[in-house]
This record gives sequence, structure tokens and C-alpha cells, in this order.
Amino acid sequence: MHRFANPGQFMRVADKVLPWIVALCLPLIAAGLYFGLYASPPDFQQGETVRIMYIHVPTAFLAQGAYVVMALGSASFLIWKHPLGDLIARSAAPIGCVFCIICLVTGSLWGRPTWGTYWVWDARLTSMLILLFLYFGYLALANAFDDPARGDKPAAILALVGVVNIPLIKFSVYFFNTLHQKSTLAGDLFGAVFGEPEAAVQAENLPADLAAAAAQQGGDLPPEMLLPLMLMLAGFTLAFLALLILRLRGEFASVRLRSLRAGFRAEPRGA
Amino acid sequence: MSDTAVRRRSPAAQRKRMRLILVVCGVIFLGAATALTLTALQSNVNLFFGPTEVVEGKVPAGATFRIGGLVEIGSCRIRGDGVTREFVVTDGANRVTVTYEGILPSLFRDGQGVVALGQLADAAGEFRAEEVLAKHDETYMPAEAVEAMKRAGTWQEGGGEPVAAAGAPSGANPCKG
Repeated sequence: MHRFANPGQFMRVADKVLPWIVALCLPLIAAGLYFGLYASPPDFQQGETVRIMYIHVPTAFLAQGAYVVMALGSASFLIWKHPLGDLIARSAAPIGCVFCIICLVTGSLWGRPTWGTYWVWDARLTSMLILLFLYFGYLALANAFDDPARGDKPAAILALVGVVNIPLIKFSVYFFNTLHQKSTLAGDLFGAVFGEPEAAVQAENLPADLAAAAAQQGGDLPPEMLLPLMLMLAGFTLAFLALLILRLRGEFASVRLRSLRAGFRAEPRGA
Repeated sequence: MSDTAVRRRSPAAQRKRMRLILVVCGVIFLGAATALTLTALQSNVNLFFGPTEVVEGKVPAGATFRIGGLVEIGSCRIRGDGVTREFVVTDGANRVTVTYEGILPSLFRDGQGVVALGQLADAAGEFRAEEVLAKHDETYMPAEAVEAMKRAGTWQEGGGEPVAAAGAPSGANPCKG
């Protein structure tokens, strides 16, 4: 594993993989958009607005996924001093930040027609906003110094501190009463592990007519809606990897450029 | 045994080991601190109170708060003034009557989860809402499938799932309009 921590070695492999990732990612997103926007049915409650899900859910997943990548890279940089870890963290941050913004904006636009409000300060929405601020903080801190290498360590520590927010986002809808729905895809699993928050509906006490509604805990997504969501999830994940490799190239080149410049400056003049 | 193993490590490897332990412990302690804080502040982080908490008097008197639960089936009606909507929010154990002057969200229907912001109006325990939001659950279904179930009489309003031979009427909500 430590063999790939060598940035040169890693980039050689990454450059070979990149065209394949792009070649897979574009048709996946194209198919996801076709099924998501055209060839899938409207929802029985939400109508056409349900199509926002096909953008909102993948970006939410990747906003958190990119942060996990960033935290793992930062940890490997802090523990083993792998320079690659820091480069990966620096490359993942702006991509995750953009996914986070798209997630918050699409969620807000989705909230207005379904809930009746653009924004509410519930645990899920607030923790997602904190994630955005963590991205802003990381980007500011990592680039705050004239010599970027001095920002490596503080930014890595910030990335690790912020990682406690990730399970908070994921499980906020199980720990607290929120307006945001619980997970549709992993609902059965999380519901079984974490149960319901305090004030949740107690199904056993419900009259028969409402019990049918409460029996729905765990969520349901019909196959014709699951297909575009999965296509978009896979497509967006590959797009993230492609962007990550492209940004890594840039970071890698800028590090080499800096060390070359430092080398020139160190050399005696007029030789 | 373990002493000799530590002694055999190079100083660099030992420093790496120390950093690993430091980072892992740091994240664990930070996570524990966050978890404890949030558990202590649970009632502040929760967006709404359930009807049971309201009936049991867990909400400070005169406070503006949110109440959340399901709309009791058939409970919604428009009062004589033609403006005020009245419906019952229930969690199965307790019920609270909510009044609201305004247009209800389009997802509002019998059996739907709702979250309303307002105050308890009087001793009778009526909740006067300033804002009513619909709480969408994690169930999605094609509109056509629901239409088909309604035609076949196997659709139950409020439930996301067809109930065999329920034959529930699913006319227009009297509160809407």
C-alpha cells in the first residue's frame, strides 16, 4: 500500500486509468439524465419535482464522500507524512465543496414545493451547512500562507476535526426529529440499528387507518425511479474520480514547480 | 514481549506509531464529545415536539414551538368563517387540535406528516399555527400506479402501500381550496 504513496508512481497509474473513467462516466450520466428527466414516472405526491432527487442525492453522497477522502488523505499525511495524502486532500476539497453547494441549492429548491419552505433549521440541513463551512474553512486555511507547504498541517488537522460531522449528517434524521425525510435507500438498515427519535409516531398505538401509513417506515423506491438514481450515483462518483485525478495532476505539477524554483534560488548566482 | 517489540522499532517507526495513536484517539475523543453534547442538547436540536410531549406539558407555557405528527384521517375541516382550517395532529397516543389561517401546503392530506409552528392558544390545548409544513416521508411511487390502485379500490389514503379490499374513499380534501 505504501508503494502507491509515492506521488510519481501513483500518477503513472492514475493517468492510465483516467481515460477509462471518463469513457464510463459520460454514458452513465447521459443515461441517468435520460431516465431521470424523461423516461421515469412522476411521483404520486410530488409530481415532477421528484426529478430533483436524481441530482440532489448523488451530490449529497459525494459532498460527504469527498470529505471522507479528504480526511483519509489528511490522516495519512499527518501519520506517515505521505505527501500524496496532502495532495489528494487539497484536490478533493474544491470538488466536494461544489457538490455540497449543488446539494444545498437543489435541496432548497426541492423543499419549497414539497415541504412549503426553502429552508428550515433542522438537524440534517444544519449539519450539511456546517459541512459547507468546513470546506470553506479548509480551502481558506490550506491556501492562507505564502508558502503553501506551511498550510498543509493546520489544514489536515482541520479536515480531521471536521470528520465528526459526517456521521452526524448521515444519522441526524434518526437521532433527531427533522423535517428532512429518512434515508430511502438504506432506510431499513439504519432504521433497524438506530430506531426512531423520541417524539416519533408509535405505530402500535395507531388506529388501523393510520397504522398503514406508519407501516411504511424504511422507505420504498420503485425500480423505475431506482434505475436513474443508481446511474447518476455511479456517473457522479466516476466524475468525481476523474476530476480528482485532473486536479491531482495540477497540484503535483505546482509542487514540482515550487521545488524547482526553490532549487534555482538556492544555487549560487553567476556560475 | 511487547517491550522488546517496541525496542526493536526504529525511532522513525515509533514516531509514526505515536502519531497514529494520537490521530485515532483525537478523532475518537472528539466524536465522543460531540455525541455527548448533542445528546445533552437533544431537545434543542429536535425540530418539533410530538403531541404526547405537548399533552404531557413538556413544552414551556406560552412558548412558540413546532408540533409534528400525522394528520388524523377525516379530521380536517374549514370553520364557519371560511378561512380557518382545523385539523388534528396525532402520534397514535395523543391528539392535538391545530388551527391555521392560510393555504395548506400541496402535500397536505389525511395521514400525511406535518410540522406546524405556533403557540398553544388556551387551556383547551388548541394549537394556533402560523406556518404549516408538510413532512415528506421516504416512500416514492409512480403517480400512474397510484391512479390504477385508486381505480381498483385498493388504495388507502395516508398509507403509501396498497391495502387489500380497503376501498377507502379518496375524494378531494375538504380543507383544500
